[in-house]
Amino acid sequence: MSQAQADCVGIVIVSHSPEVARGAADMARQMAGDEAPIAWCGGDPDGGLGSDVGKIIEAIEAAWSEQGVAILVDLGGAETNSEVAIEMLDPGRAEKVRICNAPLVEGAVMAAAEASGGASLTEVVRTAEEYSPA
Amino acid sequence: MLSDLIKEVCEAVIAHEAELTALDSAIGDGDHGLNMKRGFSELLAKSDELAGQEVGAALKAAGMTLVMKVGGASGPLYGSLFMSLGKELAGKTEIDQSVIAEALAVAQAAVMARGKSQPGQKTMLDVIAPVQQKLAEGAALTDVAAAALAAAEATAPIQALKGRASFLGERSIGHVDPGARSSAVITEAACRVLERSG
Repeated sequence: MSQAQADCVGIVIVSHSPEVARGAADMARQMAGDEAPIAWCGGDPDGGLGSDVGKIIEAIEAAWSEQGVAILVDLGGAETNSEVAIEMLDPGRAEKVRICNAPLVEGAVMAAAEASGGASLTEVVRTAEEYSPA
Repeated sequence: MLSDLIKEVCEAVIAHEAELTALDSAIGDGDHGLNMKRGFSELLAKSDELAGQEVGAALKAAGMTLVMKVGGASGPLYGSLFMSLGKELAGKTEIDQSVIAEALAVAQAAVMARGKSQPGQKTMLDVIAPVQQKLAEGAALTDVAAAALAAAEATAPIQALKGRASFLGERSIGHVDPGARSSAVITEAACRVLERSG
Protein backbone atom coordinates (compact mmCIF):
# COMPACT_ATOMS: atom_id res chain seq x y z
CA MET A 1 0.00 0.00 0.00
CA SER A 2 1.41 3.37 -0.99
CA GLN A 3 1.90 6.27 1.39
CA ALA A 4 -0.79 8.18 -0.49
CA GLN A 5 -3.33 5.48 0.26
CA ALA A 6 -2.62 5.46 3.98
CA ASP A 7 -3.50 9.18 4.07
CA CYS A 8 -7.08 8.43 3.09
CA VAL A 9 -9.82 6.63 5.00
CA GLY A 10 -10.11 3.00 3.92
CA ILE A 11 -13.35 1.47 2.62
CA VAL A 12 -14.49 -2.11 3.27
CA ILE A 13 -17.47 -3.62 1.46
CA VAL A 14 -19.19 -6.60 3.09
CA SER A 15 -21.93 -8.39 1.18
CA HIS A 16 -23.56 -11.79 1.51
CA SER A 17 -22.43 -12.34 -2.08
CA PRO A 18 -18.76 -12.10 -3.18
CA GLU A 19 -19.93 -10.99 -6.63
CA VAL A 20 -21.96 -8.12 -5.19
CA ALA A 21 -19.05 -7.09 -2.94
CA ARG A 22 -16.55 -7.18 -5.78
CA GLY A 23 -18.89 -5.29 -8.11
CA ALA A 24 -19.56 -2.59 -5.54
CA ALA A 25 -15.81 -2.31 -4.90
CA ASP A 26 -15.19 -1.91 -8.64
CA MET A 27 -17.70 0.92 -8.78
CA ALA A 28 -16.23 2.57 -5.70
CA ARG A 29 -12.72 2.29 -7.11
CA GLN A 30 -13.85 3.96 -10.31
CA MET A 31 -14.77 6.99 -8.20
CA ALA A 32 -11.85 6.90 -5.81
CA GLY A 33 -9.06 5.84 -8.12
CA ASP A 34 -6.07 4.58 -6.19
CA GLU A 35 -6.27 7.23 -3.49
CA ALA A 36 -8.32 5.36 -0.89
CA PRO A 37 -7.66 1.73 0.02
CA ILE A 38 -10.69 -0.41 -0.80
CA ALA A 39 -11.23 -4.03 0.21
CA TRP A 40 -14.23 -6.33 -0.08
CA CYS A 41 -15.44 -9.70 1.10
CA GLY A 42 -18.55 -11.81 0.75
CA GLY A 43 -19.88 -15.27 1.42
CA ASP A 44 -20.02 -17.62 4.39
CA PRO A 45 -17.09 -19.80 5.54
CA ASP A 46 -18.08 -22.51 3.02
CA GLY A 47 -18.37 -20.16 0.05
CA GLY A 48 -22.18 -19.93 0.11
CA LEU A 49 -24.14 -16.70 0.50
CA GLY A 50 -23.54 -15.23 3.94
CA SER A 51 -20.86 -13.49 5.93
CA ASP A 52 -17.68 -14.55 7.65
CA VAL A 53 -16.08 -12.73 10.58
CA GLY A 54 -12.60 -13.96 9.62
CA LYS A 55 -12.89 -12.60 6.07
CA ILE A 56 -14.22 -9.28 7.37
CA ILE A 57 -11.23 -8.90 9.69
CA GLU A 58 -8.88 -9.65 6.76
CA ALA A 59 -10.64 -7.06 4.62
CA ILE A 60 -10.37 -4.42 7.36
CA GLU A 61 -6.67 -5.16 7.62
CA ALA A 62 -6.26 -5.00 3.83
CA ALA A 63 -7.92 -1.58 3.68
CA TRP A 64 -6.29 -0.36 6.88
CA SER A 65 -5.55 3.32 7.22
CA GLU A 66 -4.55 5.26 10.30
CA GLN A 67 -7.27 7.71 9.23
CA GLY A 68 -9.82 4.96 9.87
CA VAL A 69 -11.94 2.49 7.93
CA ALA A 70 -15.60 2.83 6.88
CA ILE A 71 -17.54 -0.41 6.34
CA LEU A 72 -20.52 -0.75 4.01
CA VAL A 73 -22.79 -3.76 4.60
CA ASP A 74 -25.81 -5.17 2.83
CA LEU A 75 -28.12 -7.17 5.14
CA GLY A 76 -28.42 -8.06 8.83
CA GLY A 77 -25.81 -10.81 9.13
CA ALA A 78 -23.20 -8.73 7.32
CA GLU A 79 -23.77 -5.92 9.81
CA THR A 80 -23.81 -8.15 12.90
CA ASN A 81 -20.71 -10.03 11.78
CA SER A 82 -18.96 -6.74 10.98
CA GLU A 83 -19.70 -5.52 14.52
CA VAL A 84 -18.13 -8.69 15.90
CA ALA A 85 -15.13 -8.31 13.59
CA ILE A 86 -14.56 -4.76 14.84
CA GLU A 87 -14.71 -5.91 18.46
CA MET A 88 -12.06 -8.53 17.71
CA LEU A 89 -9.56 -5.94 16.44
CA ASP A 90 -6.99 -4.36 18.74
CA PRO A 91 -8.85 -1.73 20.80
CA GLY A 92 -6.71 1.03 19.28
CA ARG A 93 -7.83 -0.04 15.82
CA ALA A 94 -11.43 -0.85 16.70
CA GLU A 95 -12.17 2.76 17.61
CA LYS A 96 -11.11 3.83 14.11
CA VAL A 97 -13.61 1.59 12.31
CA ARG A 98 -17.24 2.53 11.66
CA ILE A 99 -20.15 0.77 9.97
CA CYS A 100 -22.15 3.08 7.71
CA ASN A 101 -25.94 2.98 7.88
CA ALA A 102 -26.21 3.31 4.12
CA PRO A 103 -27.15 1.27 1.05
CA LEU A 104 -24.23 -0.86 -0.08
CA VAL A 105 -23.53 0.33 -3.63
CA GLU A 106 -24.48 4.00 -3.32
CA GLY A 107 -22.86 4.20 0.11
CA ALA A 108 -19.64 2.64 -1.13
CA VAL A 109 -19.40 4.99 -4.11
CA MET A 110 -20.10 8.08 -1.99
CA ALA A 111 -17.77 6.97 0.79
CA ALA A 112 -14.97 6.22 -1.64
CA ALA A 113 -15.38 9.56 -3.42
CA GLU A 114 -15.30 11.39 -0.09
CA ALA A 115 -12.37 9.35 1.22
CA SER A 116 -10.30 9.93 -1.91
CA GLY A 117 -10.51 13.67 -1.25
CA GLY A 118 -8.83 13.20 2.11
CA ALA A 119 -11.95 13.58 4.26
CA SER A 120 -12.01 12.39 7.86
CA LEU A 121 -13.72 9.15 8.89
CA THR A 122 -16.64 11.12 10.36
CA GLU A 123 -17.10 12.99 7.07
CA VAL A 124 -16.86 9.81 5.01
CA VAL A 125 -19.48 8.06 7.14
CA ARG A 126 -21.78 11.10 7.10
CA THR A 127 -21.58 11.39 3.32
CA ALA A 128 -22.37 7.69 2.86
CA GLU A 129 -25.27 7.96 5.29
CA GLU A 130 -26.84 10.85 3.39
CA TYR A 131 -28.23 8.07 1.21
CA SER A 132 -29.97 6.37 4.14
CA PRO A 133 -33.73 6.15 4.07
CA ALA A 134 -35.13 8.55 6.69
CA MET B 1 -21.69 -34.54 31.85
CA LEU B 2 -20.26 -31.57 29.91
CA SER B 3 -19.32 -33.97 27.14
CA ASP B 4 -22.89 -35.33 26.91
CA LEU B 5 -24.29 -31.81 27.04
CA ILE B 6 -22.18 -30.61 24.12
CA LYS B 7 -22.75 -33.75 22.05
CA GLU B 8 -26.50 -33.96 22.55
CA VAL B 9 -27.09 -30.26 21.92
CA CYS B 10 -25.03 -30.46 18.71
CA GLU B 11 -26.76 -33.63 17.57
CA ALA B 12 -30.17 -32.07 18.21
CA VAL B 13 -29.35 -28.97 16.16
CA ILE B 14 -27.91 -31.06 13.32
CA ALA B 15 -30.95 -33.37 13.34
CA HIS B 16 -33.23 -30.34 12.91
CA GLU B 17 -31.38 -28.91 9.92
CA ALA B 18 -34.18 -29.57 7.43
CA GLU B 19 -36.89 -28.19 9.69
CA LEU B 20 -34.92 -25.01 10.47
CA THR B 21 -34.21 -24.51 6.78
CA ALA B 22 -37.90 -24.96 5.94
CA LEU B 23 -38.90 -22.39 8.57
CA ASP B 24 -36.26 -19.95 7.35
CA SER B 25 -37.23 -20.48 3.71
CA ALA B 26 -40.75 -19.32 4.57
CA ILE B 27 -39.77 -15.97 6.11
CA GLY B 28 -35.99 -15.53 5.72
CA ASP B 29 -33.18 -16.51 3.41
CA GLY B 30 -33.40 -20.23 3.99
CA ASP B 31 -29.93 -20.75 5.40
CA HIS B 32 -30.58 -21.13 9.13
CA GLY B 33 -30.54 -24.93 9.11
CA LEU B 34 -27.34 -25.14 7.08
CA ASN B 35 -25.62 -22.38 9.05
CA MET B 36 -26.50 -23.92 12.41
CA LYS B 37 -25.46 -27.35 11.18
CA ARG B 38 -22.09 -25.98 10.07
CA GLY B 39 -21.46 -24.31 13.42
CA PHE B 40 -22.65 -27.15 15.62
CA SER B 41 -20.90 -29.80 13.51
CA GLU B 42 -17.69 -27.94 14.26
CA LEU B 43 -18.55 -27.96 17.98
CA LEU B 44 -19.30 -31.67 17.79
CA ALA B 45 -15.92 -32.30 16.18
CA LYS B 46 -14.29 -30.35 19.01
CA SER B 47 -16.49 -31.79 21.77
CA ASP B 48 -13.78 -33.84 23.51
CA GLU B 49 -11.43 -30.88 23.53
CA LEU B 50 -14.20 -28.58 24.82
CA ALA B 51 -15.40 -31.05 27.46
CA GLY B 52 -11.86 -31.28 28.84
CA GLN B 53 -12.03 -27.62 29.85
CA GLU B 54 -13.63 -25.86 32.77
CA VAL B 55 -17.29 -25.12 31.90
CA GLY B 56 -16.79 -21.35 31.57
CA ALA B 57 -13.83 -21.77 29.22
CA ALA B 58 -15.67 -24.44 27.22
CA LEU B 59 -18.71 -22.19 26.70
CA LYS B 60 -16.52 -19.26 25.69
CA ALA B 61 -14.63 -21.41 23.19
CA ALA B 62 -17.92 -22.80 21.86
CA GLY B 63 -19.28 -19.27 21.40
CA MET B 64 -16.17 -18.17 19.54
CA THR B 65 -16.43 -21.20 17.25
CA LEU B 66 -20.03 -20.30 16.41
CA VAL B 67 -19.05 -16.70 15.67
CA MET B 68 -16.38 -17.84 13.25
CA LYS B 69 -18.23 -20.73 11.62
CA VAL B 70 -21.95 -20.12 11.36
CA GLY B 71 -21.84 -17.50 8.60
CA GLY B 72 -25.16 -15.77 9.26
CA ALA B 73 -26.51 -13.37 11.85
CA SER B 74 -27.18 -16.37 14.09
CA GLY B 75 -23.40 -16.88 14.44
CA PRO B 76 -22.74 -13.71 16.42
CA LEU B 77 -26.09 -14.01 18.22
CA TYR B 78 -25.55 -17.56 19.48
CA GLY B 79 -21.85 -16.75 19.84
CA SER B 80 -22.68 -13.84 22.16
CA LEU B 81 -25.07 -16.05 24.12
CA PHE B 82 -22.50 -18.78 24.76
CA MET B 83 -19.53 -16.47 25.29
CA SER B 84 -21.54 -14.48 27.80
CA LEU B 85 -22.69 -17.65 29.59
CA GLY B 86 -19.07 -18.79 29.69
CA LYS B 87 -17.92 -15.50 31.15
CA GLU B 88 -20.59 -15.63 33.85
CA LEU B 89 -19.98 -19.29 34.77
CA ALA B 90 -16.18 -19.09 34.69
CA GLY B 91 -14.65 -20.09 38.02
CA LYS B 92 -18.01 -21.13 39.52
CA THR B 93 -17.60 -24.42 41.36
CA GLU B 94 -21.22 -24.91 42.39
CA ILE B 95 -23.41 -24.51 39.30
CA ASP B 96 -27.06 -25.01 40.21
CA GLN B 97 -30.24 -23.86 38.51
CA SER B 98 -30.23 -20.42 40.09
CA VAL B 99 -26.65 -19.80 39.00
CA ILE B 100 -27.55 -20.84 35.45
CA ALA B 101 -30.60 -18.53 35.58
CA GLU B 102 -28.44 -15.58 36.63
CA ALA B 103 -25.88 -16.31 33.92
CA LEU B 104 -28.64 -16.65 31.31
CA ALA B 105 -30.06 -13.27 32.31
CA VAL B 106 -26.70 -11.68 31.49
CA ALA B 107 -26.43 -13.72 28.28
CA GLN B 108 -29.93 -12.65 27.25
CA ALA B 109 -28.89 -9.02 27.68
CA ALA B 110 -25.84 -9.72 25.49
CA VAL B 111 -28.03 -11.16 22.72
CA MET B 112 -30.41 -8.18 23.01
CA ALA B 113 -27.48 -5.79 22.64
CA ARG B 114 -25.93 -7.72 19.75
CA GLY B 115 -29.22 -8.01 17.87
CA LYS B 116 -30.52 -4.56 18.92
CA SER B 117 -33.69 -6.43 19.77
CA GLN B 118 -35.93 -7.41 22.63
CA PRO B 119 -38.46 -10.15 23.38
CA GLY B 120 -41.71 -9.86 21.43
CA GLN B 121 -40.09 -9.21 18.03
CA LYS B 122 -40.25 -12.78 16.69
CA THR B 123 -36.66 -13.81 17.41
CA MET B 124 -34.67 -16.28 19.52
CA LEU B 125 -35.22 -13.90 22.44
CA ASP B 126 -38.87 -14.99 22.55
CA VAL B 127 -37.58 -18.38 23.72
CA ILE B 128 -34.57 -17.28 25.77
CA ALA B 129 -36.61 -14.88 27.91
CA PRO B 130 -39.22 -17.40 29.14
CA VAL B 131 -36.52 -20.06 29.61
CA GLN B 132 -34.58 -17.66 31.79
CA GLN B 133 -37.71 -16.83 33.73
CA LYS B 134 -38.63 -20.48 34.29
CA LEU B 135 -35.11 -21.30 35.45
CA ALA B 136 -35.15 -18.36 37.84
CA GLU B 137 -38.49 -19.53 39.26
CA GLY B 138 -36.94 -22.89 40.00
CA ALA B 139 -39.22 -24.76 37.60
CA ALA B 140 -38.56 -28.43 36.86
CA LEU B 141 -36.28 -28.88 33.85
CA THR B 142 -38.99 -30.77 31.94
CA ASP B 143 -41.21 -27.71 32.41
CA VAL B 144 -38.42 -25.41 31.22
CA ALA B 145 -38.08 -27.51 28.06
CA ALA B 146 -41.84 -27.51 27.52
CA ALA B 147 -41.95 -23.74 27.97
CA ALA B 148 -39.21 -23.33 25.36
CA LEU B 149 -41.06 -25.44 22.80
CA ALA B 150 -44.33 -23.61 23.47
CA ALA B 151 -42.62 -20.21 23.28
CA ALA B 152 -41.16 -21.04 19.86
CA GLU B 153 -44.61 -22.06 18.58
CA ALA B 154 -46.02 -18.83 20.01
CA THR B 155 -43.82 -16.76 17.67
CA ALA B 156 -46.05 -17.75 14.73
CA PRO B 157 -48.70 -15.02 15.16
CA ILE B 158 -46.11 -12.29 15.76
CA GLN B 159 -45.12 -9.93 12.97
CA ALA B 160 -41.33 -9.92 12.61
CA LEU B 161 -39.65 -6.64 13.53
CA LYS B 162 -36.02 -7.77 13.24
CA GLY B 163 -33.91 -9.61 10.72
CA ARG B 164 -34.69 -10.67 7.17
CA ALA B 165 -38.22 -11.74 8.14
CA SER B 166 -39.11 -8.12 8.95
CA PHE B 167 -38.87 -7.33 5.20
CA LEU B 168 -42.00 -9.42 4.74
CA GLY B 169 -44.08 -7.27 7.07
CA GLU B 170 -47.45 -8.87 7.71
CA ARG B 171 -46.53 -11.87 5.57
CA SER B 172 -44.21 -13.01 8.37
CA ILE B 173 -47.33 -13.68 10.46
CA GLY B 174 -48.30 -17.34 10.70
CA HIS B 175 -44.77 -18.77 10.55
CA VAL B 176 -42.69 -19.96 13.50
CA ASP B 177 -39.44 -18.01 13.79
CA PRO B 178 -36.45 -20.22 12.86
CA GLY B 179 -34.19 -18.69 15.52
CA ALA B 180 -36.82 -19.20 18.20
CA ARG B 181 -37.20 -22.79 17.05
CA SER B 182 -33.44 -23.48 17.13
CA SER B 183 -33.27 -21.96 20.62
CA ALA B 184 -36.06 -24.30 21.70
CA VAL B 185 -34.25 -27.31 20.18
CA ILE B 186 -31.07 -26.37 22.06
CA THR B 187 -32.98 -25.78 25.32
CA GLU B 188 -34.81 -29.09 25.07
CA ALA B 189 -31.59 -31.06 24.50
CA ALA B 190 -29.75 -29.22 27.27
CA CYS B 191 -32.60 -29.73 29.77
CA ARG B 192 -32.75 -33.44 28.90
CA VAL B 193 -29.05 -33.93 29.67
CA LEU B 194 -29.16 -31.79 32.83
CA GLU B 195 -32.26 -33.61 34.07
CA ARG B 196 -30.64 -37.01 33.49
CA SER B 197 -27.44 -36.09 35.27
CA GLY B 198 -29.28 -34.47 38.16
